Amino acid sequence: MMLHPPAYASLGELLSDALVQWKRETALVEMDRKRLTHAWTYRETKDEVMRVARWLASLDLAPGSRVAILMSNQSRWLVAACAQFRRGLVLVPVDYKLSESEQLALLAHAEPSVLVIEHPLAKRFAKAPPVRHVLVSEAPEGTTVGQRWEALPDVDGAEDPALVPRTRDDAACIVYSSGTGGTPKGCVLTHDAYLEQLYALMEIFPMRPGHRTFSVLPTNHAIDFMVGFVGPFACGATVVHQRTLRPEFLVSTMREQRITHIALVPVLLEAFERALDEKLDARPAWQRAALEGLSAINLALTRDKADPAISRRLLGGVHAAFGGHLELVFAGGAFVDRARAERFYRLGLPVVIGYGLTECCTVATVNDLRPFRADSVGRPVLGVEIRIDQPGPDGIGEVWIRGRTVMKEYFREPELTAKTITPDGWLRTGDLGVLDASEHLRLVGRSKNMIVTAGGKNVYPEDVEGALEGSPAEELAVFASGYVWPRSRALTEEVLFAVVRAKATEAREVTRWLTERNRRLPEHKRLAAVLVIRDAFPRTASMKLKRDVLAEQLRTDHTEADLIPLMTTTHAEARP
Amino acid sequence: MSDQAQIVDTLLTLAAERFGRDRARLSPGDDFFDALEIDSVDAMTLLTAVEERFGVEIPDYEVQDVRTFAALAAVVGRRL
Repeated sequence: MMLHPPAYASLGELLSDALVQWKRETALVEMDRKRLTHAWTYRETKDEVMRVARWLASLDLAPGSRVAILMSNQSRWLVAACAQFRRGLVLVPVDYKLSESEQLALLAHAEPSVLVIEHPLAKRFAKAPPVRHVLVSEAPEGTTVGQRWEALPDVDGAEDPALVPRTRDDAACIVYSSGTGGTPKGCVLTHDAYLEQLYALMEIFPMRPGHRTFSVLPTNHAIDFMVGFVGPFACGATVVHQRTLRPEFLVSTMREQRITHIALVPVLLEAFERALDEKLDARPAWQRAALEGLSAINLALTRDKADPAISRRLLGGVHAAFGGHLELVFAGGAFVDRARAERFYRLGLPVVIGYGLTECCTVATVNDLRPFRADSVGRPVLGVEIRIDQPGPDGIGEVWIRGRTVMKEYFREPELTAKTITPDGWLRTGDLGVLDASEHLRLVGRSKNMIVTAGGKNVYPEDVEGALEGSPAEELAVFASGYVWPRSRALTEEVLFAVVRAKATEAREVTRWLTERNRRLPEHKRLAAVLVIRDAFPRTASMKLKRDVLAEQLRTDHTEADLIPLMTTTHAEARP
Repeated sequence: MSDQAQIVDTLLTLAAERFGRDRARLSPGDDFFDALEIDSVDAMTLLTAVEERFGVEIPDYEVQDVRTFAALAAVVGRRL
């Protein structure tokens, strides 16, 4: 029996129950390359959780104090999260892939009382992070960073530290949806939001003991938090972590650990497809033709409902490439290429496509696979309302979301909150879409100036402008192509481009400068193209760029065909 | 040749072989994404090849911001 989320008031209660209810099942498995580091039952996991909870209790923190976790994907991430939820604290998960300065900026904004960090990440900081209590794992003895995790006393039959009650309305997490410059957007999500979302997802995709989910997306990511932590714990399933996230180790772990569920961002889905192609290319032509035939049969048999067992029997060889036990692939975080999703489905690997924002927990819509449709991002999940604001004649307008899963606010940013959530509770997503007769949502573009890379990163052009200071152009601005020309490109091909004002004679020099500077930017912030214009940019009296007016001018005077490509290489993160 | 120069040299040869590039056109300061015309997935497989060649294990986080052959060689050097 799965736990029943509506029966709980907080994640702390639900997770504490899970640790007791599933005691003999395996909760956490950690691999490092091809070596098994440990496999803990829920019972053993509970002991670890209580070690940390006892330390937290000794700090005398007020309920609602914040605990930041800054760790790569590993068992201890979930252990720390369970412990702090038990103590009624608010979790601030920080993306371990951000740079040190970005992480420090988020910590400064969130002001946590406690930081849980792994030593390899802690030692990147030039000075100690501004947090009073630090729990550090894997640190050498005698470290001055903080309390060593390894030195926490063992439980040894001592009484468990108390469960601190929280109400459904209390904040459970503050999750930063972007934090690299501009205003940090810390989405305050309540226990109610998570429990409601968990309930909806468990109804559609139930898990059970024996299922093994592979957590490869950073756990601060809304999707992994649900699919790689709270969901499996509520169902007694196992969460597997791999410390080295390179494709060859992912595949060996999938095989070794008989992975049944995995959540991916599109860039990883693409890596899997590439591995598959390499395998297929190595086979003789007749085998490839036979595979096509089997795929067609598989599709016919499983059209209305995915059935991995049938597919495995028909297409065992292909499934072996993914470990041979996969039942569901959750794809999200960015837009999924339709042809790719269809191909996986034909091969009997159901790809669940969802749509959501950190601002509304995990997903607002999800494709329930009954039947499979790759052309939409699915139907609203239980408890979520979707509406298209001011639809045009084609039915397309801004997607608005309302329901208990919508965040309470942006932490300490009332103005930004007011701009994002309407007085009657609608979350304005900035995405453009249309609802069809069967309530399926199709996304067609964005009304906000940003891109989501195939790696699932939100990138705001304003942040990139900061890195392009000192250009030889008279004026420079960065735009997302989908914002300027909302309906002309597939969403999987969103790119950033620079608009520069330069004389014809200087255009080449500006382009060369941008090409050079572009190389030094992190992959996800790179520009794909440049557009040279002659007219001065529209600005306010205080010389602030009127971005929407400039975008409108570009839309009227140019098409995407006028963009001059800047890069010569292809990039998985921001593919032009 | 210093140890570091030796590592860079081996690295360039390895990368050129792996991705079928002209070794003579690669230099230590090159951004390997650009010079080899590879993406981040290819780069991860390069990293594994480097580990095998040098007999070291490099955690993912140590190469997060590494973009040039010289910087990658420095990471390898610290592990040897």
